[in-house]
Amino acid sequence: MTKKYNGEASGYPLREEGLRKRPRAGEILIQSILFFAGFFSIFTTLGIVYELGKEALLFFRTPEVKLWDFLTGTAWQPHINQFGILPLVTSTFITSAIAMTIAIPLGLAAAVYLSEYATEKVRKTLKPILEILAGIPTIVYGYFALMFVTPLLRSIFGRDVVEIYNMASGGLVMGILILPLVASMSEDALNAVPLALREAAYGLGATKLEVALKVVFPAALSGIAAAIIVGVSRAIGETMIVAVAVGAGPNFTFNPFRGAETMTGHIVRMSGGDLSYDSIDYNSIFAIGLMLFFITLTLNIISQRIVQRFREVYE
Amino acid sequence: MDTLDNRYVIQARNLGIYYGDFKAVTDVNMDIERNKITAIIGPSGCGKSTLLRAFNRMNELVPGARAEGQVFFDGEDLYAKGVDPVEVRHRIGMVFQKPNPFPKSIYENIAWGARIHGFRGNMDKLVEHSLRQAALWDEVKDILHRSGLALSGGQQQRLCIARAIAVQPEVILMDEPASALDPIATLKIEELMQDLKKDYTIVIVTHNMQQAARVSDYTAMMMLVNDGSRAGTVIEFGETTKIFTRPSDKRTEDYVTGRFG
Ligand SMILES: Nc1ncnc2c1ncn2[C@@H]1O[C@H](COP(=O)(O)OP(=O)(O)O)[C@@H](O)[C@H]1O
Ligand SMILES: [Mg+2]
Repeated sequence: MTKKYNGEASGYPLREEGLRKRPRAGEILIQSILFFAGFFSIFTTLGIVYELGKEALLFFRTPEVKLWDFLTGTAWQPHINQFGILPLVTSTFITSAIAMTIAIPLGLAAAVYLSEYATEKVRKTLKPILEILAGIPTIVYGYFALMFVTPLLRSIFGRDVVEIYNMASGGLVMGILILPLVASMSEDALNAVPLALREAAYGLGATKLEVALKVVFPAALSGIAAAIIVGVSRAIGETMIVAVAVGAGPNFTFNPFRGAETMTGHIVRMSGGDLSYDSIDYNSIFAIGLMLFFITLTLNIISQRIVQRFREVYE
Repeated sequence: MDTLDNRYVIQARNLGIYYGDFKAVTDVNMDIERNKITAIIGPSGCGKSTLLRAFNRMNELVPGARAEGQVFFDGEDLYAKGVDPVEVRHRIGMVFQKPNPFPKSIYENIAWGARIHGFRGNMDKLVEHSLRQAALWDEVKDILHRSGLALSGGQQQRLCIARAIAVQPEVILMDEPASALDPIATLKIEELMQDLKKDYTIVIVTHNMQQAARVSDYTAMMMLVNDGSRAGTVIEFGETTKIFTRPSDKRTEDYVTGRFG
């Protein structure tokens, strides 16, 4: 029996008999599209890992290369078949550490200011500016490091102390690049903390600073940690700045005022040169890429563990 | 001030409260007696929460909100220049409609407020004492390090009361503290309030007539004023028994007997 509707309700279609499931074409379509989108991103990642792994394997298969020497060697000189990745790794870590020393404290301070102290109007103006800052091409930052920050460092610390290409300058500017990213993502996390939690704290007679640092900040910790992880990954993967301002060639040093080459910087220089396809040098780039991949993966896993332990879950 | 009488903790004089240009509460004059429970009742949107939050300057956390008139606390005007709202809220605590424990352990929920106010004594004892006063100790004494959010709604609300007590306020403002709770949890909160009034003055907003009649000593009836401005005010204030049995205002009578609102 089909049901007819009267009056205002007659706009409904005739009600079908029974409670059996009816096909819903639109929903199936959307679901398949979403599934395909998800599948595609996973597939792409797997494809990248496969390609990296394949070429890297060719590299490790060559008789001149020993895995142990690759991991522990302190000289990277492809032309005499020395493939010790440490100088590239230390340079990557030093520039990233300098960058994060700038980006984390300043980025978090900016985020707390924007979310807890700034008026609605100030926030609505500053936040888009931050996001624009994050969108400036990195080559611009690279030349800013080389033409402005390096001379500045040299005038402060002395020309004989600071080399023209040096890790400090690139690291600092990388910090400036990453700062808005950390600030913007952390601000989102802070902002998402429910008003009820802030009110609870204010109701106990807490000051603005206590509310911000002891209630809102811890409650937003997992989001803030995500911001920092993204920042670190960005620092490790950043290429243009280090290629322009840091890299003169692989150099195993811990002195930030000296030039050195990061993993990414080396890759970009090598691929810019006239490498013959399938040479050891060519394949070595993929080994470095694979290493980069593992480092960021490990960092992600470690930081997720840490966050799991410390985060506060609000509902 | 006209009545400098130690009987009253809070005295509102010509109090009006605005959200931007909108006047939500107008012309409130009421005296809240020490160690008594005062209920604020009235239909939704008549400004009960707004009035309550003006008693500890919580309202000013809303951008654009402001108050005119005076609220005297132990004879001192809360809205006078130089008064620190942080100090005000320390003395006049608050429990909210929806339980809002911190996403921290039960212990930490209590200790948090004590710590920010520089408590130097035995924290374990303070936590236990506060939880006992809130009639929650027996239920949580073995799970003090579990998250406050793992508790039931009623327990969470008692945790919030314990948290408020722990910083030793003189007055506790409660905004419909039981409206999100089941009848048994509600009863527990009501019993608790009777115990607490020995040490604290309580002002409670409720939309539940029976609750106001059961728990309070004094009742303030709020209503929108009839001049089309949509501002609420206290139309009648007095002993609860009188408000519920012999109200002098016809609108109060209609409301408490359930004829409208
Ligand atoms: N944060 C706010 N901003 C603007 N208007 C508000 C705000 N809070 C409450 N109001 C308004 O003030 C009036 C009183 O609200 P409220 O005090 O919450 O009433 P009640 O608690 O009696 O239901 C209502 O008209 C409401 O819309
Ligand atoms: Mg209300």
